[in-house]
Amino acid sequence: MYFHSVTLDRDRCKGCTNCIKRCPTEAIRVRDGKAKIIKEKCIDCGECVRVCPYHAKVVVTDDIGMMENYKYRIALPAPSLYGQFKDMTIGDILASLQSCGFDEVFEVAYAADIVSYITRNIVKAKDYKRPIISSACPAIVRLIQQRFPSLMDNILDIMPPVEVAGKIARDEAKKKTGLKDEEIGVFFVSPCAAKVTSVKNPIGIEKSYIDGVFSMRDVYSMILDKRKFAEKKIEHTSSMIGVGWANAGGESYGTSLENCLFVDGIQNVIGVLEDIELGKLDDIDFFEGLACVGGCVGGPLTVANNFIARNRIMKLKEKLNKDVSVKKYIAVDFHEFMLNVKLKKSDVLNLDEDIDKAIDMMKSIDEIYKSLPGLDCGSCGSPGCRALAEDVVKGFASEYDCIFKLKDRIKILAEEINKLSIKIPPVIGSDKEVKP
Amino acid sequence: MKPYTMDFDVKARDFSSAGESSSKFRKTLLMLSIPSDIVRRASIAAYEAEMNIVIHSYGGKMHFEIYKDKIVIVAEDTGPGIKDLELAMKEGYSTAPKEVIEMGFGAGMGLPNMKRNADTMEIVNHDESGTKIVMTINF
Ligand code: SF4
Ligand code: SF4
Repeated sequence: MYFHSVTLDRDRCKGCTNCIKRCPTEAIRVRDGKAKIIKEKCIDCGECVRVCPYHAKVVVTDDIGMMENYKYRIALPAPSLYGQFKDMTIGDILASLQSCGFDEVFEVAYAADIVSYITRNIVKAKDYKRPIISSACPAIVRLIQQRFPSLMDNILDIMPPVEVAGKIARDEAKKKTGLKDEEIGVFFVSPCAAKVTSVKNPIGIEKSYIDGVFSMRDVYSMILDKRKFAEKKIEHTSSMIGVGWANAGGESYGTSLENCLFVDGIQNVIGVLEDIELGKLDDIDFFEGLACVGGCVGGPLTVANNFIARNRIMKLKEKLNKDVSVKKYIAVDFHEFMLNVKLKKSDVLNLDEDIDKAIDMMKSIDEIYKSLPGLDCGSCGSPGCRALAEDVVKGFASEYDCIFKLKDRIKILAEEINKLSIKIPPVIGSDKEVKP
Repeated sequence: MKPYTMDFDVKARDFSSAGESSSKFRKTLLMLSIPSDIVRRASIAAYEAEMNIVIHSYGGKMHFEIYKDKIVIVAEDTGPGIKDLELAMKEGYSTAPKEVIEMGFGAGMGLPNMKRNADTMEIVNHDESGTKIVMTINF
């Protein structure tokens, strides 16, 4: 069954309809006074998590206690973790993280250095469709599968840094410890809901190299607790390029390509993808689209204010090497770090596989839509009148979910009742003649 | 079977809503299970035609017909027509005013792009009273 990570805490949800309007894929409805996420449509972008005033949208992550199930534990901190703390160096953060019960810490930022290196080499060698589209933000990849299937061939077929990190760290730990695969636990410290989903339903690879995903929020306070007691100092390995991936534009910078475009915020990305599909951006080499404003530092599982975190990352970067050697991990042809499962387009938008049937349904949708007030008020629980019309035709809603239609209908019924009520029964009095 | 049709008015020089009808058309194609390469070609053809109306005409209409096996796009405007059709079909040739080109539109790819993405393209009439272009995309 398809798993997605953004879910609802029913007790907190007030059914206020704030989220249904902000969801970029129209994946939310309100039913019985509670929001409901249509899981096949949700791309786990986290928009609803951010906008819910009652914090009723929760991202399901793994419980930190699951570490107990493994003999050797590796933490993979996302680069955005480095922007979460005031006055802590990357070394401090890594050491404190390790003290939270890990045997080893492997920086995803370093894997980002590797991915940047591969990207630089591969875009020269391979004939990619332009613009090449980054595969790093899984919410965007899912958006493309759903709304821009013709752009799937443009997607860069390199594994995202977190999987590269997972693979290398796991392989090395196996060699070093002699333990079996299942005795080694690899845990991602994530800013991101979409990446939780990617571990359970990988995109472009058979199986994820990661065993569990911990929320950056959960790990944040643990790191603060350990900060004074971190046993040993850890030398970090990543360069300014790898760390830079935390912010929007970081990946583009790492490609060394001249003509890059990076766009953050899901609605902005949708607009640019439309332009790419129209062929308006064929002169761009590389497109980095990120669902979160600011990039992963603005991820739904981060703690620090996204603008401040962005600034901290910039400052940390200044102190780092420009580049770092990654050769020891890389085979000549990079095949082990390439995606090898073809992306499939998602059919959730299709009304019906059969075009004739779909056309019929579309005509009915238009009919119903015309009869609705067009206010897009959301009171019916659908994101707008058009969406309600779709839901009615698909059988998930009734026209009278629209309060205006319901009111009209009640008015007609009331008039009818009124008419009937003035009618006097003949036994009481009627001047009608009695015919034989 | 009767096709599914869509109609839109397109205003001249209204760059803020330019492309809206093509965008709605595109979304509809996705919902109707049209193959993705066809969606792409049809969107480009529609977008270019719509932009032509915005940039060059006094205003006009977009009309779409979606059948089981083909899409028909009709772009119709109220003038001033295409002066030199042969030149207009050349890539990079543009009669768009300077300020429009500076906005990044009117690169002279409109008609060539439409022709490239449609299976058939017919310019039904083009005189001072207007231009009517009919494109078909089969699948
Ligand atoms: S995570 Fe994004 S796609 Fe999923 S329901 Fe929330 S807003 Fe919609
Ligand atoms: S921008 Fe980063 S944190 Fe946000 S959804 Fe994409 S990958 Fe996740």
